[in-house]
Amino acid sequence: MMEAAIEELTVRDAAGKGEDALLELSLGPHHPSTHGVFRMDVVLDGERVMRLKPVFGYLHRNHEKIAEGASYLASMPYTDRLDYIGSLTNNWAYALAVEKLAGIEVPERAEYIRVITAELTRLQNHASTIGFLTQEMGASGSPLMYSFREREKILDLFEALTGSRMMCNYMRFGGCRVDLPVGWMDQARKVVAEFPRFLDEFERLLTGNEILLARTQGVGVLSGELAIQGGVTGPILRASGVNYDIRKVDRYGIYERFDFKVPLGEHGDVYDRYMVRVLEMRESLKILNQALRDIPAGPIMDAKTKIRGFRPKAGEAYGRIESAKGELGFFLISDGTGNPYRYRVRPPSLINLTVLEDMCIGSSVADTIVTFGTIDIVLGEVDR
Amino acid sequence: MLGEGIVKGMVETARNFFGSYVSKDRLTTVQFPEERLPSIEATRDFPFLVYDGEDWQAGMRCVACQICEKECPPKCIYIEKSKDKKADAVGKPQFYPAVFNIDVSVCMSCQICVEVCPFEAIKMDNEFELSTDDRFEGLLWDKARLSKPNAHYQNIHPTDAAASDAILAEEKAKAEAKTKAAADPKSNATLASALQTASSTQ
Repeated sequence: MMEAAIEELTVRDAAGKGEDALLELSLGPHHPSTHGVFRMDVVLDGERVMRLKPVFGYLHRNHEKIAEGASYLASMPYTDRLDYIGSLTNNWAYALAVEKLAGIEVPERAEYIRVITAELTRLQNHASTIGFLTQEMGASGSPLMYSFREREKILDLFEALTGSRMMCNYMRFGGCRVDLPVGWMDQARKVVAEFPRFLDEFERLLTGNEILLARTQGVGVLSGELAIQGGVTGPILRASGVNYDIRKVDRYGIYERFDFKVPLGEHGDVYDRYMVRVLEMRESLKILNQALRDIPAGPIMDAKTKIRGFRPKAGEAYGRIESAKGELGFFLISDGTGNPYRYRVRPPSLINLTVLEDMCIGSSVADTIVTFGTIDIVLGEVDR
Repeated sequence: MLGEGIVKGMVETARNFFGSYVSKDRLTTVQFPEERLPSIEATRDFPFLVYDGEDWQAGMRCVACQICEKECPPKCIYIEKSKDKKADAVGKPQFYPAVFNIDVSVCMSCQICVEVCPFEAIKMDNEFELSTDDRFEGLLWDKARLSKPNAHYQNIHPTDAAASDAILAEEKAKAEAKTKAAADPKSNATLASALQTASSTQ
């Protein structure tokens, strides 16, 4: 495609029509709004995007091959570094796959802790995504700073529980590493109780803002059919009107116990993706309130599972969860030894990125950046 | 009315701006080097080796079993086992690490070494101002640099240290009872049972 465009360019130049020529432009890899080292090769006709090719792999760290040579436990801290905004959901997806593989039961309290940490992760992920999105529209400052202020409170909770703000390495096969420290529940309840105030403020600041409406409505439209064909998952798919949330479809963990709704969009444009994320935060708060109310006492680790020398029986398993970005899955094949025979990650960011060209063709460069921002990718997960 | 949303948004910005002068909720930043937030107990960054008593070489808990070296995901630990033995806290002769190096430029602070250690010998520190201009020698920490007293551990992680001290006291009492009961030196059996209790309590 790119070659054809360049050919067209040279042909036009030879014909002496320089003013009509297409322009090939490389956006990235260090453009600040690219969410990491990501490059887009775009072919422009004036301001309009004719073709777009995402180029990635700058952050490749050989995660899957390293995991094949390491013990099952040793891959757990590496999963933190996939989507480094939401390390606890990555931990959960991997732990779920291994638990399926080895047939491990998880105690009830650990399940509740997992739900609480995963929903807190979703809150802070969506808050920072919307903050970044407004920055990409040129609102440099306030919305991002407000969302980071709230995110910081949740990171404090993570640090008190896991010891680390972002690289939590918290979940284990058959439970969680440590129990909730003294006073953590009260602190978490306080954060959850105060979060709606931030959301209300945030919505008053943005949802009805004419500039935001002008920049987002009808921009980067993704139809539901194309989203399904492209394997897109997460808030982007739901913004296109497809009701598919793995928390509802699979009901992994204990999600069937909680009462929450799945917000859906109608038009599949940037505004719907923004709104779906705001509404998802409100639903996450509902789940958190229920989980913090119902959490039982009890053990947090399955007593039969060993930390060291863990060898599941031969077989294969696929564990998937609804991470903040979409379907995060881990596929494992065990040959009965201490390391997985095959270890495969299904990263939502990478697969959601594949529809970028279809969303951007015909729009301006500035809208391309905004559309790209709403996919909510983390390059650590795209490149692995 | 066009512009209403923008005006509403500006009101929120103003509320946050003026609120930051009166409300602690809206001004959460601190002027870091001068002002510091209280540290959180669970915070971890790099491992250190715990020793009992005054002398770090005599009191070192590590017996160079090399489990942490094997389990470390990025393989940042390097251990050489000693040729001779020294007495440990219980009085039993044990190997000790002749060389124990951690390359902190490779360490990713995952604390798996702490979880797998059966001897409560390696723990996570919370010291974070560690920048150096020497990127090779300055970041390869040897056992002298890594050793810190148990009092330091009790100071930074009081809850975990109390649990760890209880485990060690229990083991010590068990070992003493065993040596009293059977005079013959079944050191291998005691070591095995000590290992078992340590791993089961984890």
